[in-house]
Amino acid sequence: MKSGDKSKRLKEFEEKVNLIFRETDCVEVLKKALRGDPRAIIKEIIDSGLRGRGGAGFPTGIKWKGAAEAAGGNKCVICNADEGEPGTFKDRRILDEQPDKVIAGMGICARAIGATEGYIYLRGEYTFLFSKLSAKCEAWNAIFKEKGLNFRTSVRSGSGAYVCGEETALFESMEGNRGEPRNKPPFPVTIGYSNLPTVINNVETLAYTTMIISDGPESFKSIGTKDSMGGKVFSVSGDASVKGVFELPLGMTLQEFVDLFGDSDTKAVQVGGSSGTCVPRKNFADTIIGFEGVPTGGSMMLFNSSRSMYHVLKNYLEFFEEESCGQCTPCRVGCQQLLKGIEAIRSGERPLSYLERLRDLARVMSIASKCGLGQSLANPFNSITQHFREEICY
Amino acid sequence: METVKLTINDIKVEVNEGATILDAAKKIGIRIPTLCHHDDLCVAGRCRVCVVEQKGARLLQASCAVPAAEGMQIYTNTQKVREARRTILELLLSEHSGECTSCYRSNNCELQALAQEYLVIGGAFIDVSDKSPIDVSSPSLVKDNGKCIKCLRCVRTCAELQGVSALWNTHKGNKTRIETFLNKPMHYVVCTNCGQCVNRCPTGALTEKAYIQSVWRAIDDPEKHVVVQTAPAVRVGLGEALGMEPGGVVTGKMVTALKMLGFDSVLDTDFTADLTIMEEGTELLTRLKTALQDGKPTPLPMMTSCSPGWIKFIEHEYPSLLDNLSTCKSPQQMFGALAKTYYAEKIGVDPARMVSVSVMPCTAKKFEANRPEMKSSGFKDVDYVLTTRELAHMIRQAGLSFANLEERKFDSIMGESTGAAVIFGATGGVMEAALRTAYELVTGREVPFRNLNIEPVRGMEGVRAASIKIENVKEEWKFLEGAELKVAVAHGLANARKLMKEAEKGASPYHFIEIMACPGGCIGGGGQPIPTSPEIRLKRAAAIYAADEALPLRKSHDNPEIKMIYREFLGAPLGHKSHELLHTHYARRNRS
Repeated sequence: MKSGDKSKRLKEFEEKVNLIFRETDCVEVLKKALRGDPRAIIKEIIDSGLRGRGGAGFPTGIKWKGAAEAAGGNKCVICNADEGEPGTFKDRRILDEQPDKVIAGMGICARAIGATEGYIYLRGEYTFLFSKLSAKCEAWNAIFKEKGLNFRTSVRSGSGAYVCGEETALFESMEGNRGEPRNKPPFPVTIGYSNLPTVINNVETLAYTTMIISDGPESFKSIGTKDSMGGKVFSVSGDASVKGVFELPLGMTLQEFVDLFGDSDTKAVQVGGSSGTCVPRKNFADTIIGFEGVPTGGSMMLFNSSRSMYHVLKNYLEFFEEESCGQCTPCRVGCQQLLKGIEAIRSGERPLSYLERLRDLARVMSIASKCGLGQSLANPFNSITQHFREEICY
Repeated sequence: METVKLTINDIKVEVNEGATILDAAKKIGIRIPTLCHHDDLCVAGRCRVCVVEQKGARLLQASCAVPAAEGMQIYTNTQKVREARRTILELLLSEHSGECTSCYRSNNCELQALAQEYLVIGGAFIDVSDKSPIDVSSPSLVKDNGKCIKCLRCVRTCAELQGVSALWNTHKGNKTRIETFLNKPMHYVVCTNCGQCVNRCPTGALTEKAYIQSVWRAIDDPEKHVVVQTAPAVRVGLGEALGMEPGGVVTGKMVTALKMLGFDSVLDTDFTADLTIMEEGTELLTRLKTALQDGKPTPLPMMTSCSPGWIKFIEHEYPSLLDNLSTCKSPQQMFGALAKTYYAEKIGVDPARMVSVSVMPCTAKKFEANRPEMKSSGFKDVDYVLTTRELAHMIRQAGLSFANLEERKFDSIMGESTGAAVIFGATGGVMEAALRTAYELVTGREVPFRNLNIEPVRGMEGVRAASIKIENVKEEWKFLEGAELKVAVAHGLANARKLMKEAEKGASPYHFIEIMACPGGCIGGGGQPIPTSPEIRLKRAAAIYAADEALPLRKSHDNPEIKMIYREFLGAPLGHKSHELLHTHYARRNRS
């Protein structure tokens, strides 16, 4: 595709969605939400088909319903802004440009579940956003009060650990403990931050809830596919002709995506960041970006033929070896073994057959690890070693 | 209580709400392997060895952490489960620098046992074990990071049971490690040397510092006269370390074994336990007299000083309360001081030729014996401290068939004791022994409890309080007439802290407090056989109380050898000689 055609196509796609970065009167949306019954809000969110945009894709309305039904007077809404997945940088832009949409979403959620306190857990590295967001929270606290919503928000800063993006590790971090994921159950909707029933949603998810209340669930459902409704904000990086943050409908094929963003030499796309799945060129046409295909928290990394997939994988594994919280055996030791393993195969210290052993290990990690970090490592490891075996071994 | 019904391996089971899958499995006799789980500690869910398959769930479930739920269908022995467990064990072995043949914990190692059970081949994965040097700074404990599997039992023990947190998990990912504050050597931190971490370590990462070789050398040296003393709790623990069931009293066999090992004098710490009661009881009454009769300020409540883990704890954490401690040395150190003076004189041995060994249920005793002030005989009062476990090692090395040994009596003198001394081994025992003597001293009558058993201070509650009304006293104790003696007992340092917080504020209602550093008291000491659990400790305590009841003399002041030593050597309790040999002072330490 020529670059002129490309930008025209991209514009068409972007116009189809345009929810997150569209100027909206968020106070009006909040007022609308406050007028109706809290149960009606939850119904609209369920009807919209919105699923969590952080990567795991849990249906947002169901989560809210769980917290609304949980026993307990005091409840909590947390905006997960610990955007730590390598290759993901869309929440940063949303928080920078559309903080009102996010905080209004928190207010809507508070109304729906009956929460009185809210927090934005901001990635430690996003210090430049801290004071701006704090001021926004204060402004919104005044609005909440004025509109009769008993709900206050504030910003908490992370300290740089990747695992604290995992919801229960995030609670531990907020409580001043080591950032280690908890045993589940209990789930956050019954016992979350400070043992309160807690809804924890990604930045983008909360922004979308504002737009669903604004435009109605039908409008949101009309975008995307049956399993992946609505839009999604992507962070495009790597060997791409255009890079940056783009809001696109879910359900595109990877081929369509690469046609828009690739440099005509794309050999693989890492969908969903370093814990996501690597899709090779031969599968682009058959791969849907969405919950029915490969889900993503937003990160799309493109690699062209100049890249060594061994180094890509090694880079991911080095990251995980360090960022595992270190509590559960499969993840703590497994991450080290996967890294050491591919190095040993490459150097000839272990036979090629050892790669199968490592792939089995990754599968065990995916079902026996305590949290999503260790569980998701099989995604990059097994997809890259399956499709680029030669590059790994030789 | 609500119950839930589930099936495990298609067998129906009903458990109380809140019970875990592991509990449910145990109920129907299905064993699920565990490593980070421990009956004394909170749930961790870290090691993942206990994973099971739940029908309909993608993920395996950690059975120690997941509550049983209505309608669950659990399978504990599927292909998926076995593969996961084997892989996890292989991973643990890859970070464990385990050379089993040379490991102190070999054959008593949970990781080794599971590796054998699952026929795990070492070297399946690449060695990623920690190569940092072994920490041998402490006279009590050895910490080998290379053998650590990060189960955090030690960390949880130190935090939950002891409230000390000398050990913590630091860093993350591949650098995850169990460290002291700023990774200082163990000897230079707030560690109390209690050894509870050792009792719960599933591998050989934390062990006692063994002095077996030194003791053998002393025994083998014909120039040396080697005296051994054995603490009350050792006789109810040693059997376990030699393959017997918990709860047996093996005093006679232990004495025979010690003689066969070649110790020249086999004596009993119980003797100085009785002596402690005489000294400490008198000290308490003296303090009460100062406070009640003379109206002078005196440090009350008085606190026991038998437990060296507790002593180091209060030195670090509550130095302002050091004057409240009894100045009595622990029975071990009283014994050491007397062995190289009174006993040496009696048997005509030059104390310079004497080697004094103690067998203790305790690792902190090793530290205590090395305290610089413990040289009142003019020599190091106690040369080597062995744990119950080390003695068991020596008995095995000597090839003795312990279960078949005949039963013999301790040598005399300093081998005679009463039931009051035996119960020193269980939490509340020192208090009970002290009350038996002090009450009788003051009133001329036995304590008003059936069969001398002061039940209110017994048991396993973390903190227990009791009071005794003192009436119809002897003339010289008139000031105590009608007084209500208030006492409290705590075991486990986290429980001790509760009483100390109160005392620090000056709000303690008690006159006398007994603290034992270890849960259950010395029967649960850091030098006792591994494993430990609430159930095992109850059995050992029951054995202690049975041994007390079986003895003809059950009050310290009735011990004829005690009467003799005061007559011949010490004079009176708190006398000049006592002060010289049996009492001590304490050091203020900081918190880091």
